[in-house]
Amino acid sequence: MTTILENTADVPGGKPVLPEKPEETRGLSQGQIVRKRFFGHTGAVVSIFVLAAVLVLSISAIGLGPIPGWWKYGYTETPALMNGGHPTLQLFPFSLGEHPFGQDRVGRDMFAMTLRGAQISLFVMIVVGAIAALVGVLIGASAGFFRGKTEAILMRFTDMVIIIPALIAAAVVAQAAKGPVLLAIFLGLVSWTGMARLVRGDFLSLREREFVDAARLAGASNSRIIFKHILPNAVGVITVNTTLLMSAAILTETALSYVGLGIQAPDTSLGKLISDNQAAFSTRPWLFWWPGLFIVVICLTINFIGDGLRDAFDPRQKKLNVRRVKESPDRPDAQGVPALVNNAPSGPSSALTSGLYQNLDQPADGGEGNEETHR
Amino acid sequence: MLTYITRRVLASLLILLGASFIVYMLVAYSGDPLAEIKSSNSPSKEARIAQRTEALHLDVPPALRYFIWLGGAVKCVVPFVGQCDLGVTLQNQPVTVALSTAIPTTLQLVTTAAVLAITIGISIGIVTALRQYSTLDYGVTFVTFLFFSLPIFWVAVLLKEFGAIKFNTFLYDPYIKNSTILLISLVMGLLWAVLLSGSWKRRGITFVSAFAVTAGVLYFLSVTRWFSEPSLGIVVILVTGVAIAFGSTVLFAGLRNRRALYSSLIMVGLGGVAYYALQPLWDRATLWLVIGLGILAIVAGWLVGRFMGGYDHQQSSRAAMLTSFGVSGLVLLDQFMKNWSRYASDPHIRQRPIATIGAETPGLNGDFWLTGIDKYTHLVLPTIALILISLASYTRYSRASMLEVMGQDYVRTGRAKGLSERVVVTRHAFRNALIPLATIVAIDIGALIGGAVITESVFSFKGMGVLFLNGVRDHSPNPVMGVFLVTGITAVVFNLIADLAYSALDPRVRVKA
Repeated sequence: MTTILENTADVPGGKPVLPEKPEETRGLSQGQIVRKRFFGHTGAVVSIFVLAAVLVLSISAIGLGPIPGWWKYGYTETPALMNGGHPTLQLFPFSLGEHPFGQDRVGRDMFAMTLRGAQISLFVMIVVGAIAALVGVLIGASAGFFRGKTEAILMRFTDMVIIIPALIAAAVVAQAAKGPVLLAIFLGLVSWTGMARLVRGDFLSLREREFVDAARLAGASNSRIIFKHILPNAVGVITVNTTLLMSAAILTETALSYVGLGIQAPDTSLGKLISDNQAAFSTRPWLFWWPGLFIVVICLTINFIGDGLRDAFDPRQKKLNVRRVKESPDRPDAQGVPALVNNAPSGPSSALTSGLYQNLDQPADGGEGNEETHR
Repeated sequence: MLTYITRRVLASLLILLGASFIVYMLVAYSGDPLAEIKSSNSPSKEARIAQRTEALHLDVPPALRYFIWLGGAVKCVVPFVGQCDLGVTLQNQPVTVALSTAIPTTLQLVTTAAVLAITIGISIGIVTALRQYSTLDYGVTFVTFLFFSLPIFWVAVLLKEFGAIKFNTFLYDPYIKNSTILLISLVMGLLWAVLLSGSWKRRGITFVSAFAVTAGVLYFLSVTRWFSEPSLGIVVILVTGVAIAFGSTVLFAGLRNRRALYSSLIMVGLGGVAYYALQPLWDRATLWLVIGLGILAIVAGWLVGRFMGGYDHQQSSRAAMLTSFGVSGLVLLDQFMKNWSRYASDPHIRQRPIATIGAETPGLNGDFWLTGIDKYTHLVLPTIALILISLASYTRYSRASMLEVMGQDYVRTGRAKGLSERVVVTRHAFRNALIPLATIVAIDIGALIGGAVITESVFSFKGMGVLFLNGVRDHSPNPVMGVFLVTGITAVVFNLIADLAYSALDPRVRVKA
């Protein structure tokens, strides 16, 4: 594959350059390539902006710790009930009004409470994701790579943590110290197990591959093999799992608060808001919709960012494998495969619509080797 | 291999011991189980405190109390040692009794949801992987992400509002508005157009026909008041059966294998005969009769495939078995539907057939069909909620796994030696794509047993989750430990299975004896 690729690359001028052809990535560092691919993923880019907007909105409106925010009501204040607590948010023309998300039964401002809940959820998510990913990768990687006694001890330890229910840890934390910080740390310390098992599984399989033998023959140390050779190949699994972990962390935190074991009053959380207001669904539906909507939006954006990262990192599931094979009738090896030439559309535009499905069934692995040589 | 398993089981025992000690201490130190009594103004306060202290051994420090509990718990796990004793709950009910009613409830809820989520999730994942970056793929990706982002308690409240309260009102007067018909048909048309894909012309035709068919069917159902007295009838069963026959033949043998197609079609015919032959039997139906008939149907499928013979009779058998299974399911469904109006008009139901809470209607006494429908109407909402939540991860993982396999050399080799795309996908790619999934599925099943805590509490299922939550809230270790024992043992066993399965399926990963 390497030789073929170099031949195509060295052909001077001529053929139109398609986006993200191997030539495009030539001379770029791994980080640059990943960034480039990531910003080509619409869903992920939109998600980053939405998530940032939620983050900025929740922090600036409510304030952070002692710093006050710009919103006139705090999440614990109980202003007088206006207009039965109906939401005053207007989109055309846009105006927030007095209580954009409405008020609850005693008059507390839903906008302030929802944003405070979002703030807590985001904080818990980040802490849990960071702790769990770090611990999980370290334990999984060392278990999968070293095998033997190390693996036995680490994985038995993992098994032990797996079967300790997160609910119990949270219940203890809720009793011991009221506050999201300890809750987040404890949740992180019990939710790394899935990551460790997945990383270990990946390492078990990867360490039997030829490139690891090659690296070892070349005299690479264990840590170099782990971090430079195997880990980059496992990065897809890790990023996908970290994002799954982070969105799961939000759901766990809100679920805990929903059953009364997470964030405790007077502080509030998105889950607690739903739990407090679910009985009022028929009379005050807005109390129920807004916190739920925020949970879904935060989770959804995280998942899309994870998907974008996966596409950017993982050379094995990349978008352009198939299209490149199809769109390049000039590939030297394509001429050897009549089916490919027959199916190849004349221009890049048509590939996007009609011919895509039929061509997906054609051998599509031509591009994979190419990418490997460029990494 | 045996040495490995023995060692793992011994290690698992140690793991369980360690984890149970940690859990016991966490619960014991989370709060005071006497707090509720202490804050009350009851005149018999002292006596109640003394009684509870006695029952829960509260005068012993937690670390030692754990060993009292362990002494009783060992008798449950090791046979013939003595009476199983897991302590009592705060309400003085033995935990063993509480568990014996809670476990079946939870299993009922979780099994259906797990099986359906795994089947549907993996199928969707494989299909989207085969059509990577199509409209279908993008759509499914978005929808699975959305499902994955839904908090289950939020979904549950929504399902209760729209799936039960509003739907029951609709069932009371099952007339579908024209605008609703139009909307549903529009969605179905789009869905089919995306699913079948092809050129724009073909998509247009698909859209129009799916739209027309859906609108027609819905209008028919509305006019004939089908929802009041639903049934399938022999015609629908046979037509769907033929569709299943073709589908399973395509999947297992390819349409060019006429013997497989004919054996599947024979099974559809036999199903039609059975539909009439079994009618007198249904009045005295029991669960075992239904299971027996189901097994009989599958065996019949195998036999028919065997007798059709040919070079590859196993393919015919498989196709016939799947068809037979599907058709018997339809016949059974039809019978349940025929009993629906009887169920819906039962005074215990009070015109609200889809239930929002509980696992069964209290006081309902009926035959196999009525209790069956009752179970179903109680299970349907929590099951939907559980499926929606767990669908996403199966879809994503199976898609990723399939994509990776489709890029492997052996898939190219398969194509290069002239195998049909069907054989490449089902034989070479699909089976290998399932290997990494085996680990995830095994672990998930272990986790699901105790993982329905939130769902159970929202839908008021008196299962293990509620027992567990109450224990945690009351700071009472005994019920928590009882649930933990069950979930912990399942989790450990399934973890072992996951490891063994991985090394059995993928010879590159070796189990060290």
